Amino acid sequence: MENEAGALSRVAGLFSSRGYNIESLTVAATEDPTLSRMTLVTAGSDDVVEQITKQLNKLIEVVKVVDLSEGDHIERELMLMKVRAVGKDRDEIKRMADIFRGRIIDVTDKSYTIELTGTGSKLDAFLEAMERGAILETVRTGASGIGRGERILKV
Amino acid sequence: MSTELTGAEIAVRCLQKEGVDYIFGYPGGAVLFIYDELFKQDKVKHVLVRHEQAAVHAADGYARSSNKVGVALVTSGPGVTNAVTGIATAYMDSIPLVIISGQVPTHAIGLDAFQEVDTVGITRPCVKHNFLVKDITELAATIKKAFYIASTGRPGPVLVDIPKDVSQQKTEFDYPASVTMRSYNPVTRGHAGQIRKAVQLILEAKRPMIYAGGGVILSDAAAQLTDLVRMLGFPCTNTLMGLGGYPATDKQFVGMLGMHGTYEANMAMQHCDVLVAVGARFDDRVIGNPKHFSNEDRKIIHIDIDPSSISKRVKVDIPIVGNVSDVLDELIKLIRARKEKPDRVALDAWWTQIDLWRARDCLKYDRASSIIKPQMVVEKLYEVTGGNAFITSDVGQHQMWAAQFYKFDLPRRWINSGGLGTMGFGLPAAMGVQFANPGEMVACVTGEASIQMCIQELSTCKQYNLPLKIINLNNRYMGMVRQWQQFFHGNRYAESYMDALPNFVKLAESYGHVGMQIDQPGDVESALQEAFKLKDRLVFMDFITDQTENVFPMVPGGKGLSEMILV
Ligand SMILES: Cc1cc2nc3c(=O)[nH]c(=O)nc-3n(C[C@H](O)[C@H](O)[C@H](O)COP(=O)(O)OP(=O)(O)OC[C@H]3O[C@@H](n4cnc5c(N)ncnc54)[C@H](O)[C@@H]3O)c2cc1C
Ligand SMILES: Cc1ncc(C[n+]2csc(CCOP(=O)(O)OP(=O)(O)O)c2C)c(N)n1
Ligand SMILES: [Mg+2]
Repeated sequence: MENEAGALSRVAGLFSSRGYNIESLTVAATEDPTLSRMTLVTAGSDDVVEQITKQLNKLIEVVKVVDLSEGDHIERELMLMKVRAVGKDRDEIKRMADIFRGRIIDVTDKSYTIELTGTGSKLDAFLEAMERGAILETVRTGASGIGRGERILKV
Repeated sequence: MSTELTGAEIAVRCLQKEGVDYIFGYPGGAVLFIYDELFKQDKVKHVLVRHEQAAVHAADGYARSSNKVGVALVTSGPGVTNAVTGIATAYMDSIPLVIISGQVPTHAIGLDAFQEVDTVGITRPCVKHNFLVKDITELAATIKKAFYIASTGRPGPVLVDIPKDVSQQKTEFDYPASVTMRSYNPVTRGHAGQIRKAVQLILEAKRPMIYAGGGVILSDAAAQLTDLVRMLGFPCTNTLMGLGGYPATDKQFVGMLGMHGTYEANMAMQHCDVLVAVGARFDDRVIGNPKHFSNEDRKIIHIDIDPSSISKRVKVDIPIVGNVSDVLDELIKLIRARKEKPDRVALDAWWTQIDLWRARDCLKYDRASSIIKPQMVVEKLYEVTGGNAFITSDVGQHQMWAAQFYKFDLPRRWINSGGLGTMGFGLPAAMGVQFANPGEMVACVTGEASIQMCIQELSTCKQYNLPLKIINLNNRYMGMVRQWQQFFHGNRYAESYMDALPNFVKLAESYGHVGMQIDQPGDVESALQEAFKLKDRLVFMDFITDQTENVFPMVPGGKGLSEMILV
C-alpha cells in the first residue's frame, strides 16, 4: 500500500467495523520508500476471506492484495523472550535455545534474552518447551509472509 | 516570479476549475480564510444553511438530481460532527460529494485545541476516502483527487480536511489536468467472456426477472435498461434506490420489490429461474432472509462496479464487474446480433402468472374513507404534477407511500435516503434539488416527526426563495415505528406518539412561507392545485391523515420475500 500516514488505520478500521478479526499484522516500508508492505493474518470461511480481499482492495491506499495462503509461501515471525536464567538452568536454557536455533542476544547474571524466528507454530512449540515459570516476558512480531520461488508480489 | 496564492484562494480556485456552481456550508473559525475568498468572487455561489447536517444533505440532493458532484463546506469540531449524519447518508447510497472541512492549525493538532476533533478518524468509516492536507503544496492535487475519487467507480463522499494555517500559507497554484493513481483504477467495461455467458443464460430463461437498483441511476443508464427490458419482453422491478431507472408506468414494470414491495415483484423474484441484478446490492430490506431467498432453482447474473457488492449476501453465478451503462450497451449489442430470441411461449406463461399476482391488487386502500388516506395524497400529488416533479422524502411510512404511489418514469426524480434511512433528509435535500433544477417542481413528502429534524431549513428556503412544496403526511405518529409496535410488540406504542406538535401553518408563516392545513379528503386535490399555482412560494401543506394506516405489503424481518403480510 501507499506509504502514507493513515493507511494503516484504514486497514485496522476496516477489520473492526466489518467484524473481521486480525490475528496479527506487520507493516513497514519496502525498498521503494513510497510503498509499504503489510502482512495480515486473519481467519474465516472462503466467503469471508473473499469479502475481506474485496474490501481491502477498495481502500484507496491499498495497491495490491494477495492471499498468500492460496499458494506456496513462506511465513516467518520473530519472538524475543526474556527468561529467568540462574544456576544450572542457564545451561539447560542455552541448550533449548540451540535446539530451536534461537540466539541469546542479551545476558545478565539472572536472565537471558532469546531471539527466535520461525513460523508461528515453531514459536508456539518453543513457548511450550520452556518452563512457564521461567518466562519473564515475551514479545512477538506477528508473521511476515512472502511467496515461494517465482511467486513475486510487485507493483 | 509567478504569483503565489494562499491555501484558501487555491481551494476556491479548485472549485471554480471543477465547475462548481453551488457550495452549501456554514462558517466558523477554521474556515474563515476560505469564506473570505468565497466572498471575493462570484463564480462559486455559497448557500448558507442553518445546520451543517443540512449543508451535506443539500449538496447530496444537488448531486442526486444532477449527476454532478455536490460540495459542502463546514468548520472544524462541531461543524464536522454535525455534518457526519449527512456524510454517512451519502456514503450508504453511493452519492458523489466533496466535503471541505476546516481544521485547527497543524501545530495545534493533537493538543485538544479549541474546536478540534479528529475529523479524518471520525469520518473514516463513512467516506469513500478522506484527506488531511498538512502541506500546502499538496492542496490543489488533493482537491483534484477528491473530485476524481468521489465521482468515479462506485461514487461516494470524499472529505478534505484543511488546517487553518494551510489555508493561510502561500504557494504557486497549479491545478492538475488529470489524476492517475496506481492504487485506484476503477473498471468500466465488463469482462467479455462473462457478458457472453450472461447473454446465453438470458436467452434460455423461462421465467426471467430483471432487478435493477441505484447503480442504474448512478450510471445514468436508465435508457439502456429500458431498451434491454423492452427488447427482451422481461418483467422489471426496481429497488427503492432504483425507482425511475425503468418507467413506472410501463406494463413491464412490476413495481418496487422488497420489504414494502409489490406482491407481484416479490413473487416474481422468488419464482424466477434467471435473475439479472443490475446495479443493486441484495440489501436485507430487499431480499429478506437470504436463506429463504428463492422458491426454485435459479441462476443469478449480477452487474456491479464494486466487486464487494457481488456475492456478499447471495452467491451469484455470473458476476460482471463493470459500469452498468457500458455493460448494458455491450449486452444489448450482443443480444441484437444473436439469431435466437427469448422463448415466447415460456414468457407468455410467465406473464400470465405475473398478471395473476398483479390482480391481487396489493396496494389497494379505502378510497372512500372519510379521513384522508396518505396514499391518496401521493396519488393526487402525482396527478397534479403530471408525474413531472422531483420528489424528495424523509423516512417512515410516508416515504414508502411516496415510493409506491408516485410513478417515476424518469431517473433522478426520486430522492431519498435508502441505506441509512435518515429522518431530516427530505427538506434540505429538496433545497439542493431546487438549486440544481431551477424552475422545476420540487416536493418533499415528509412526516410530522421527520420534518422537525431539519425544520430550521425553512429559513434557508426563505433566504434563497426556494418554492418547495412540503407535503406533510401528518398522522401524529412516528408511523413506521408505530406499525412495527402494532405488528411485533403487542400494540405497545412506546414513545411513538408525536405529542405537542407545532401549528405547522403558523410555523411556516412565521418563516415567511405559505401554510395550509387540509383535513378533508375532498380538499386534497384542490389544495395541491392551489399550492402548485404559487410558483414562487414555498407552501407547507399539513395533511391530517389517518392515524392507523399501515404500509402494505410488508415482509417481516427474517422472512423470505414470499411471506408478505397483505391487506
Ligand atoms: C423505511 C425504509 C424501508 C425500506 N424498504 C425498502 C423496500 O421495501 N424495498 C427496497 O428496495 N428498498 C427498501 N429500502 C431501502 C434499502 O434500505 C436500500 O437502501 C436499498 O434497497 C438499496 O438499493 P440498491 O440495491 O439499488 O443499492 P444502492 O444502495 O443504490 O447501491 C447501488 C449498487 O450499484 C452499484 N453501482 C453504483 N454505481 C454503479 C455503476 N456506475 N455501475 C455499476 N454498478 C454501480 C453499487 O456498487 C451498489 O452495489 C428501505 C429503506 C427504508 C429507510
Ligand atoms: C434520525 C433517525 N432517527 C430515528 C429513526 C427511526 N425511525 C424510522 S421511521 C421513524 C418515524 C418517522 O415518523 P414520521 O416522520 O412522522 O413518518 P411516518 O412514519 O409517520 O410517515 C423513526 C423514528 C430514523 N430513521 N432516523
Ligand atoms: Mg408521522
